[in-house]
Amino acid sequence: MASALPVGIPWPESGLIPARFGSDQTFHAYVHIPFCEVRCGYCDFNTYTAKEIGGVSQAEFHHSLIAEINKSAEVIRDSGYRERKLSTVFFGGGTPSLFSGKQIASIVQSLEDVFGFEPQVEITTEANPESTTPAFLAELTKSGITRVSLGAQSFDPDVLQTLDRIHDPKKVKPLVEAANQLGLETSIDLIYGAPGESLDSWKQTVSTALDLGTGHISAYSLIVEPGTKLARQIRSGELANTNEDLDAEKYAYADQAFSEAGLDWYEFSNWGKPSKHNQAYWRSQDWWGYGPGSHSHLSGNRFWNTKHPLTYQKQLETRVPVAGLEYLDTKTHLEERLMLELRTSVGVPLAVIEQLGISSEKLTEFVTSNQLQISGGQVQVTDSGRLFVDRIVLDLLT
Amino acid sequence: MSPRARSALEPAKTNQEQLRNFCIIAHIDHGKSTLADRMLQLTGIVSDRDMRAQYLDRMDIERERGITIKSQAVRLPWELAGETFALNMIDTPGHVDFTYEVSRSLAACEGAVLLVDAAQGIEAQTLANLYLAMENDLEIIPVLNKIDLPAAQPEKFAEELANLIGGSPEDCLRVSGKTGEGVAELLDRIVERVPAPKGNIDGPARAMIFDSVYDSYRGVVTYVRMIDGRLSPREQIQMMSTKAVHELLEIGVISPEPQATKGLAAGEVGYLITGVKDVRQSKVGDTVTTKQNPAKEALKGYAEPKPMVFSGIYPIDGSDYPNLREALDKLRLSDASLVYEPETSAALGFGFRCGFLGLLHLEIITERLEREFNLSLIATSPSVVYEVTREDNTQFIVTNPSEFPEGKIKEVREPIVKATILSPKDYVGTIMELCQNKRGTMLDMQYLGEDRVQLRYQLPLAEIVFDFFDQLKSKTQGYASLDYEEDGYLAGDLVKVDLLLQGEKVDAFSSIVHRDKAYGHGTKIAAKLRELIPRQQFEVPIQAAVGSRIIARETIRAIRKDVLAKCYGGDISRKRKLLEKQKEGKKRMKMVGRVEVPQEAFIAALSSDETSKTEKKK
Repeated sequence: MASALPVGIPWPESGLIPARFGSDQTFHAYVHIPFCEVRCGYCDFNTYTAKEIGGVSQAEFHHSLIAEINKSAEVIRDSGYRERKLSTVFFGGGTPSLFSGKQIASIVQSLEDVFGFEPQVEITTEANPESTTPAFLAELTKSGITRVSLGAQSFDPDVLQTLDRIHDPKKVKPLVEAANQLGLETSIDLIYGAPGESLDSWKQTVSTALDLGTGHISAYSLIVEPGTKLARQIRSGELANTNEDLDAEKYAYADQAFSEAGLDWYEFSNWGKPSKHNQAYWRSQDWWGYGPGSHSHLSGNRFWNTKHPLTYQKQLETRVPVAGLEYLDTKTHLEERLMLELRTSVGVPLAVIEQLGISSEKLTEFVTSNQLQISGGQVQVTDSGRLFVDRIVLDLLT
Repeated sequence: MSPRARSALEPAKTNQEQLRNFCIIAHIDHGKSTLADRMLQLTGIVSDRDMRAQYLDRMDIERERGITIKSQAVRLPWELAGETFALNMIDTPGHVDFTYEVSRSLAACEGAVLLVDAAQGIEAQTLANLYLAMENDLEIIPVLNKIDLPAAQPEKFAEELANLIGGSPEDCLRVSGKTGEGVAELLDRIVERVPAPKGNIDGPARAMIFDSVYDSYRGVVTYVRMIDGRLSPREQIQMMSTKAVHELLEIGVISPEPQATKGLAAGEVGYLITGVKDVRQSKVGDTVTTKQNPAKEALKGYAEPKPMVFSGIYPIDGSDYPNLREALDKLRLSDASLVYEPETSAALGFGFRCGFLGLLHLEIITERLEREFNLSLIATSPSVVYEVTREDNTQFIVTNPSEFPEGKIKEVREPIVKATILSPKDYVGTIMELCQNKRGTMLDMQYLGEDRVQLRYQLPLAEIVFDFFDQLKSKTQGYASLDYEEDGYLAGDLVKVDLLLQGEKVDAFSSIVHRDKAYGHGTKIAAKLRELIPRQQFEVPIQAAVGSRIIARETIRAIRKDVLAKCYGGDISRKRKLLEKQKEGKKRMKMVGRVEVPQEAFIAALSSDETSKTEKKK
C-alpha cells in the first residue's frame, strides 16, 4: 500500500495545459523507478518488490519511461510553452540502483534528445548502498550522472534493522570515496527518530556522516505513515512510538554539527551545497515527473500519474498516464509559495506576504516573538522559528 | 378485520355520546407510534399506499430518535355494533423531560390506553404517567404490545399490570402494533369502556388549550379540547387569561392531516388558527371562549413548566451571534418552555444562557439549532439553579456557575427531586450504591411483582443532570428506568470549582459541586483538559481551584516542533490539503487568553467518562 494520490479533476480532453502564471521558468525532470528489493517498514512510496508487480518487467521498464518522455514533449509544445532545456534531472524511487547502467543511460539520452540539457545540468540519482558498487558508479558517470544521493539513513545497525534497511553501514564510506574520485557530487540521506534510536546513536550517525566528506546531507525525522508495517508495529506495541520532543533535540544537534562542519541549512531538512533539483520544487518551478505515481507541475497546473505500473503502462499506449490534475488559482499559488519558501533559508518575498493580505501587524507579531525576520525584502524563519514553520504558516493564513 | 366506519361523523354536529377521547401512555420504545400507525390504517384515514412509519412524528429528530416531542390529536372514525363513533387519539410524549406535556394531554381525555411492551414490562416513566392518569380519573385500558416478539411474556406482565391498576389479568388486551393483531379489538374496547364526554353543549363556549405549535406557513396552530358549547369559523374568540380577542380564521380536526370544519362542539378535539405568530399569545392551559357570549369561569389550567437545567450556548464564530438570536427566537415560537437571555463569557464571548426542561430537551434544542439553522455551537456544562446566601444575608439566584458570588457564603440551596427507579431485583444493590454515591436518600422500596422493584430516592437534581441516568443505564444493562419530579430545595455543602489556564480563570469551565467531590472533580477535569487541549508553543499550566486554594494541577508541555520533515514534488498537494484542513480546524478553536482550546474541550471536559451519545438518546 502506498499513500493515496490526491483527488483531482481528469486530464483535459484537449490534452492541453496552458501556463497559468507565466512560463519563464526553468524546466526539470523527475524520473521514478518503482522497484525495490524489499519494502522498508516505514515506506509509503509508490514502489513494488518483484513479487507485487505481475506483468511488468523491471528490465524493460525504461521503455515505458521513454515513451512518457516523448508524450510529455508533445503536451508541453502543444500547450504553448516555449522550448526549454532541462536544468536538472533526478532519478528517485523506489531504488534507481536496481536499474542497470544501460537503462539509466538510455533514459538520460532520451531526455537530452527530446529537451536538451543546460550547460551546468545537474543529474542526480538516488542509490542504495546494498545495490551500488564503485563499478556501477563509474557506469553512471559515463551515462551523464553528476550527483549521487546515497540512502545511508543511519550508521547504527540496530536502527537500520528497525527501518528494514538491508545494507551494511560500512559500505557507505568506500562508495562516497569512489564517487568523489569519479568527480560525482554526493549527498547522504539520513533518517532520525526511528523507534529505539537514542540521542547518542543519532550523534554517532551525524559524526560518521560528516566524516565521509560529502558536500550535502538530507536528514528527515521518521514519519509514521498510516497503513505501513511500521505503523502496525507501533500500534501493536512491538516498537516504541516516535518521540517528537526527542526529534526536536536531534534536529537541533544535527543542525549545529552540520553547520560547524561547513554544511549550512538551505531548506528545513537539507544542508550543504544546494541541490538545484530540490530547489525547483520549493521555488514552484516547472517539472515533469515521469513514472508511475509521479507528480508534475507546469505553471500552476499540478498533476500526477496513475500509480500502478501495469495500469500506467497500459494508459501510455494512448495518452499521458495522468490520473488527476488540479489548477491553482492565484491565492492557492501564493499560499503554496508561502508554505514552501518559508521552509528555505532564502525565505519568501515580502511581496508574497503582502499579496496574501497578511497584515503588517500580524507579521510584526512574529518578528517580535523572534520567529520571523525580514531581510532584503525577504521574510525568513529565525533559528527558533524554523522548527515551527508549519505552525507559523497556518497562523499567518488564519 | 373489524368493520371500518363507512362514513365519518361530521365535526361540530357529533353527539357527545358518539365521542371517545383517549391518549396512549407508553414508554419510549414500547411501540406507541407503531400502534398509532396501525390505528390510522385500520380506521381508513390513511391508505396503505400513503402509510409511512411513525406517521404522526413530524420532526426529523422525532423519527430519528424514536421519541415524540410534541403531542398531536387525531380524529379516527370507528363503528361498533352498527353505530358510528369518532375517536380522538391524543398523542403524548414519553420522555421524563416532557412530563408536563403528558399531564396536559391527560386533561383532554376521558380514557388512557396503558401500553406496555410484553417483553419488558412497565417502566418508571410509564408508571408515573399512569399515576397521573389515575389521579385524573381516567378510564385505564391496559394493553400489552409486541406480543409477536419471541421474548414476550404476556402472562407475567398482565399480572403485573393487574396488580398496579386492579382488575384481573384477563382484562389486559394483547396486541401487536407491528402485525396489527388485536388493534381492532382495542378500538372496540375504547368505545365500550372510555366514557363519553359530558360537557354542557348549550352553555358558553369553553375550550382548553392543550398544545400550541408554530407553523411557518400558518402561524400558531392551537390544539383544543372543547369542554362546553361551540366554536365556529369567523367568530371572535377570547383568551380568558389575557382577554385578548382574535378572529377565528380556521377551525378543524386532524384526520390525520388538518381538515377545516364548520366548527367544534363540546367534547370534541381539534385545532384553531387565529393568525398569531407567537405560541405565548395562545398559551397552553388557557381557556378559549367567545367574545359574544363569554364564559364566566375559566377551566383549571396547568402549572407552567419551569426550566430545570441551564446551559450557556455560544456560537463558535462570534459573528454568528445575531443568527443564534434569530434561531432561538424562531424556536421559541413553537416551544414555550424554552427560555433564554443574553450572557457574556470572558472565554466564549457573546451567547445566551438557556433554560431547559431537562437534558434531552437541551440536546434536542442544540441539535435543532445546529441542524436547522446551520450554526456551530458550544454548549457549556449544564447547571441547575442554586439559591446562594452570603454571610451578609444578600441572596443570589445562580443559574451560571461563574456567577457564584464571591465572599463568605452562609448557605447554598440546591433543587431536589424525588426519583422513582424501577428495576429487576438483581440490580437493587448496584442502584443503592449509585444513589448513595450521588448523595441520595432512600425514601422507600417496594416489590411490584416477583422480581421487579420500585425504589424511591430523594436526590439533588444536579446529580441527575450530570450523568446519573447514563450510569444507571450502564450499571443495570439498561434494565432500570427512571422518573423524577421536583421536590423543593435543600441546603447542601456546595462549592464552586474553577479551572485556570495559565493562571487565568476560564468561566466556561466553572462548576458547582459538593465539597467532598471537589478534589476528584477538579483532578478529573484538569486531566481531561490536558488531553483535549493541543500543545502550544509555550507551557500551559492547568489548575483547579476552590476559592484561592489550588486543588489540582496539570501541565501541557510546550510543543518543541511543528514542521513536516519532507516536502518534495509529490508532497506539495498533500501538504497544501493538510493546511486547508488545519485552517478549518483552527476555526473551531476558541482563543482563551493565548491558549487555543478546541470546541470539544468545553463539552467533553465536563461530561462523564461513561456518557455515550447513544445511551443518552434512549
